Amino acid sequence: MCGIVGLFLKNDALRPKLGEMLTDMLITMTDRGPDSAGIAIYGAEGEGVKITVQSDDPAAFDGLDAVLAQVTGAEVSMKVLDTHAVLGLPEAAADAAVAALEEKGLRVMARGASMEIFKEVGLPRDVAERFALRAMGGSHGIGHTRMATESAVTTLGAHPFSTASDECLVHNGSLSNHNSLRRSLARDGFAVKTENDTEVGAAYISSRIAGGATLGEALEGTLEDLDGFFTFVMGTRNGFGVVRDPIACKPAVLAETDDYVAFGSEYRAFADLPGIETAKVWEPEPATVYFWER
Amino acid sequence: MPSDNGVTTLDMSATELREINETLQSAAGSNRAFEVVNTRGAHAIAVGLDAPITVTVKGSTGYYCAGMNKQATVHVQGSVGPGVAENMMSGTVIIEGDASQYAGATAHGGLLVIKGNASSRCGISMKGIDIVVHGNIGHMSAFMAQKGNLVVLGDAGDALGDSLYEARLFVRGSVKSLGADCVEKEMRPEHIDLLADLLAKAGADAKPQEFKRYGSARKLYNFNIDHAGDY
Repeated sequence: MCGIVGLFLKNDALRPKLGEMLTDMLITMTDRGPDSAGIAIYGAEGEGVKITVQSDDPAAFDGLDAVLAQVTGAEVSMKVLDTHAVLGLPEAAADAAVAALEEKGLRVMARGASMEIFKEVGLPRDVAERFALRAMGGSHGIGHTRMATESAVTTLGAHPFSTASDECLVHNGSLSNHNSLRRSLARDGFAVKTENDTEVGAAYISSRIAGGATLGEALEGTLEDLDGFFTFVMGTRNGFGVVRDPIACKPAVLAETDDYVAFGSEYRAFADLPGIETAKVWEPEPATVYFWER
Repeated sequence: MPSDNGVTTLDMSATELREINETLQSAAGSNRAFEVVNTRGAHAIAVGLDAPITVTVKGSTGYYCAGMNKQATVHVQGSVGPGVAENMMSGTVIIEGDASQYAGATAHGGLLVIKGNASSRCGISMKGIDIVVHGNIGHMSAFMAQKGNLVVLGDAGDALGDSLYEARLFVRGSVKSLGADCVEKEMRPEHIDLLADLLAKAGADAKPQEFKRYGSARKLYNFNIDHAGDY
């Protein structure tokens, strides 16, 4: 069992409140996943690229921006939030920066023009507080509360998983062909970092998008090529997608108003959303792809 | 607190679910009326009731609303999560909105009316309940259904009535596919009468003649070595 929440804003006036709305939704899903929690937030875009890194010892962030500036010869900004730091730098310097960060033993959680990912082991309420999620604004975001089944309870085993720039995936369920798929994706150059099944699903979707598929086509592909149980919610720079396996035993509810599209594992997650009483609320059909893009 | 019209209001924003259910369960022997407000999608509302009381649930609920119901009438003015009226024995449960997975699962008796749509596995392993869905039902509905009646005014999803026993299925719209051992059957006069009665009880505006009946071909009842590949 896991909990998923997602929010895609259609009304820009709500952007400053995205973090607050998502945090309340996330905490409501604590019963479904109390062992770890994470959130991907698509915030304001700057000039370059944002890289989110994690370290169990935040002392590793001391002077990190200066070190990266030296390595890449570019201007680097840094915002530290507990065990995570978000580095801002020009796109041209990103590859060198990622290589330097990995060499220093830091874990790269996310990279993209707008996406930042924060995830840790612990109760959703505590994780949200550590990263001050409530204060974050943005256009869309996805959150996950985890009750682990397929791999260990660790920071890297928490969701969301990102395997390409501005792309992330959260999952409720379990995949049964992830080992064979992990090997074939690695042969195609889409190596995953953990033993986790969801990361393989994320890499599969990233590989399809890299091959020219649209978000919708990539999600359609999961129905053919992934074996197991899944309710997936996927985030991209411009969009937000949902797909469930044909058996569809992992719960899912969608709600839409003129202001937003919301996803929840249960209706409870929507209880505080503005206008939910009159929203269109429905259960996504099995083996059917839903996505919204701006 | 009882209001002027004799309805006792139970407020979930002020009272724990357990206390609300204890209040409803302890109403045995009475025919009182209650309303539950501020539900916010909570689970297990109005479960295990055993008295001819009336409970109006004002809002949407989560898992297992009105589970194990006996005698009571539970009216939900919203949508319900998975497992509504699961294992109901008697009484009536009415849902104004939609129902999620396995509505009325394993239920032995009573009437479940869903005015919106029901999703997958509606009436799975039903054992005597009558279920009337005004909208559509999802895939694998009435899987291994043993007894009772499932009436659908809209369409049915894939694998309707897979491995069915003696439950009767009536569908007015299309059936995406029939499950193993489920076949269309003739509508005889007694079925028309039965359906007319169920539609009237469920407040459904439909003619019995518009429905098709589905039931078990009874070929999976006993193991047949010649059919080993079919199991």
